[in-house]
Amino acid sequence: MFKHFITLEWKSFLRSASLSANLVLKIVMILGAVYFGSCFLVLGAASYYMLEDYGLPPLETVNKYLIYYFFFDLVIRFFMQKTPVMNIKPLLYINIKRKSIVNFALGKTILSFFNLIHGFFFIPFSIVLLREGFDVAGVFCWLLTMFTMVMLNNFINILIDKKDSVFYVALVVFAGLGILQLYSVFDITQYTAQFFTGIYETKWMMILPLILFSGVYVVTFNFFRKNLYLDQGLSVKEDIAKSEELTWLNQFGTLGTFLKNDIKLLKRNKRSRTTVFMSVIFIFYGLLFFSSGIEAYQNPMMQVFAGIFVSGGFLFTFGQFVPSWDSSYYPLMMSQNVQYKDYLNSKWCLIVIATVISTLLASFYLYFGWETYLLIVVGAIYNIGVNAHLVLLGGAYVKTPIDLASAKGAFGNRQGFNVQTLLISIPKLLLPMALYAVGKAFFGFEIGLLFVALAGITGFAFRNKMFRIIENVYKKEKYKTIAAYTQKD
Amino acid sequence: MIQATNLSKTYNGITVLNIENLEIKKGESFGLVGNNGAGKTTFFSLLLDLIQPSSGKITSNGIQINTSEAWKPFTAAFLDESFLIGYLTPEEYFYFIGELRGQNKADVDALLEKHEDFFNGEILKKKKYLRDLSKGNMKKVGIIATLIGNPEVIILDEPFANLDPTTQIRLKKIIKELAAMPDVTILVSSHDLQHTVEVSDRIVTLEKGKIVGDIQTSPETLKELEAFFAV
Repeated sequence: MFKHFITLEWKSFLRSASLSANLVLKIVMILGAVYFGSCFLVLGAASYYMLEDYGLPPLETVNKYLIYYFFFDLVIRFFMQKTPVMNIKPLLYINIKRKSIVNFALGKTILSFFNLIHGFFFIPFSIVLLREGFDVAGVFCWLLTMFTMVMLNNFINILIDKKDSVFYVALVVFAGLGILQLYSVFDITQYTAQFFTGIYETKWMMILPLILFSGVYVVTFNFFRKNLYLDQGLSVKEDIAKSEELTWLNQFGTLGTFLKNDIKLLKRNKRSRTTVFMSVIFIFYGLLFFSSGIEAYQNPMMQVFAGIFVSGGFLFTFGQFVPSWDSSYYPLMMSQNVQYKDYLNSKWCLIVIATVISTLLASFYLYFGWETYLLIVVGAIYNIGVNAHLVLLGGAYVKTPIDLASAKGAFGNRQGFNVQTLLISIPKLLLPMALYAVGKAFFGFEIGLLFVALAGITGFAFRNKMFRIIENVYKKEKYKTIAAYTQKD
Repeated sequence: MIQATNLSKTYNGITVLNIENLEIKKGESFGLVGNNGAGKTTFFSLLLDLIQPSSGKITSNGIQINTSEAWKPFTAAFLDESFLIGYLTPEEYFYFIGELRGQNKADVDALLEKHEDFFNGEILKKKKYLRDLSKGNMKKVGIIATLIGNPEVIILDEPFANLDPTTQIRLKKIIKELAAMPDVTILVSSHDLQHTVEVSDRIVTLEKGKIVGDIQTSPETLKELEAFFAV
């Protein structure tokens, strides 16, 4: 029975639209996987010695932060990992026991990238532990517990899928715990670290997570077994719709018509909501650079890089997929009396508004000094003047349809990769970095920033020209784009 | 109104449509029938500039479709669900199309009120997004949306499919009303011979991309068509 399931899975993987698309994409995906794998591998192998260098007991320190590690893992999974129920429908009425279907659907999630990646960290770390003379049985039990925890997360994620409320409550609880620990009010890691270290020392304690895991598996299994009906677990959740008129946008004419639509697009689809969430995360990305936490990030070029990213989250995550956001109804747009200029203008306005809001929200960077915030403001000017046009230009070449309802692929653009977009990406980041570096080297900090800002203002001045160029690309690529958008996964 | 000359479409060496000459007059109610793969949707897609002809040209009101966009203001179409915006409510969708076609809210509301019985109480104010509607109800929305802004050319691909019997009868009434207007050219494709005969003045039969029949509708039409498609 499982043999059939496995061949089906294998075919669905090999024949999926994103994989069969082109060779370059395959290579990029493999490279990406290898990159992340080796990052974890290196981290796993080196962290023992790194911690030792800092004078911290390696195993105890890792144990101390494991609770946050696993929680962070859960957060990532919540946004990125897909639940396994998708392809069950055609199997329901075939002569297969429901029990096997559920077991297989749940079982196959074990092979998910989100589980395997942890092996790349924990296995090398355990090997180093053994090399350093730690107790073999203890390390083995500890490693087994780590995998149990990963699996536990895997199934918890499946259980809480679609239940935003549960997730956000958990998020608040953990953020609270983190803050309490930061101000030394209450330190949860004291207890959890003791527990994980206890597993290494006593071994029998590993029974506890195993029991917990079995419990969660049984609950998940029963949940799916009971809900394996078209109108229950397999039904697509319908939102209660509310008509919004947004009449205040009417004063902007055709631009307003499109803006109304785009606002609804952002609000009502999971994929685009993830984009908004990501842009907020991007605002905090600069903390890595400006808080002098990581040495490699302290050079001025990298600070411009950060300045661009802080306000550019929405620009990068949303902008580069214009017009793919409208892929599911692109034939409509192409047969209506729509001017490309109005259409582009609306997307451009959204990007500008989001960039301005991000810049205002990022004003807390003033804490690191006005120079830091100035970097961000200048980055925003460059984003509005130059990058906003470049992402729209790049997007015109991206011909991957977006399934608005799914949150898959919102992180990183593994779907929409091609050579043109890569080429267009270069001036987005490298040009301002170079301008700043030259200005700073010859004239000083202020002039370096001025150069970047001037580039932004110049770009803005050529806005109409840029729009015409993008329009022409749209026209040239029209039939290819329509054909590509009709291909579904 | 619509003139196709030496129009062909080829995919990888296989010709899916090849029309030497086809003229559709202004005010005509034009029916297109044919089996799967006959080229009906290909013809409509060419008429909407969604695909490019491999050779020949097609004009609407004298405007060549794939070189000018001036046909867009007087043309409306519903081919499939890719003409609907899933995350909008039906009302929002109608107003959106209305705004693109230069109609204000009151104009659209008047049209919706006129077709209230067509919706059968299942579309408006139902607190549902278009993506959550059934196939039949989606179709109702798409068909009525083509009527917004008094277009002169209306293109409907398989409008009767997925509709319940009552709605099919109501749709026939709507199409007949449109057909009676001298300025409106309406193009309908269907697998259902009877429906097509009822609503069209003229029926063209496609087979493997070629026109194999072109008849003005008369009482004998249905018999002729049935004889053609019988195996």
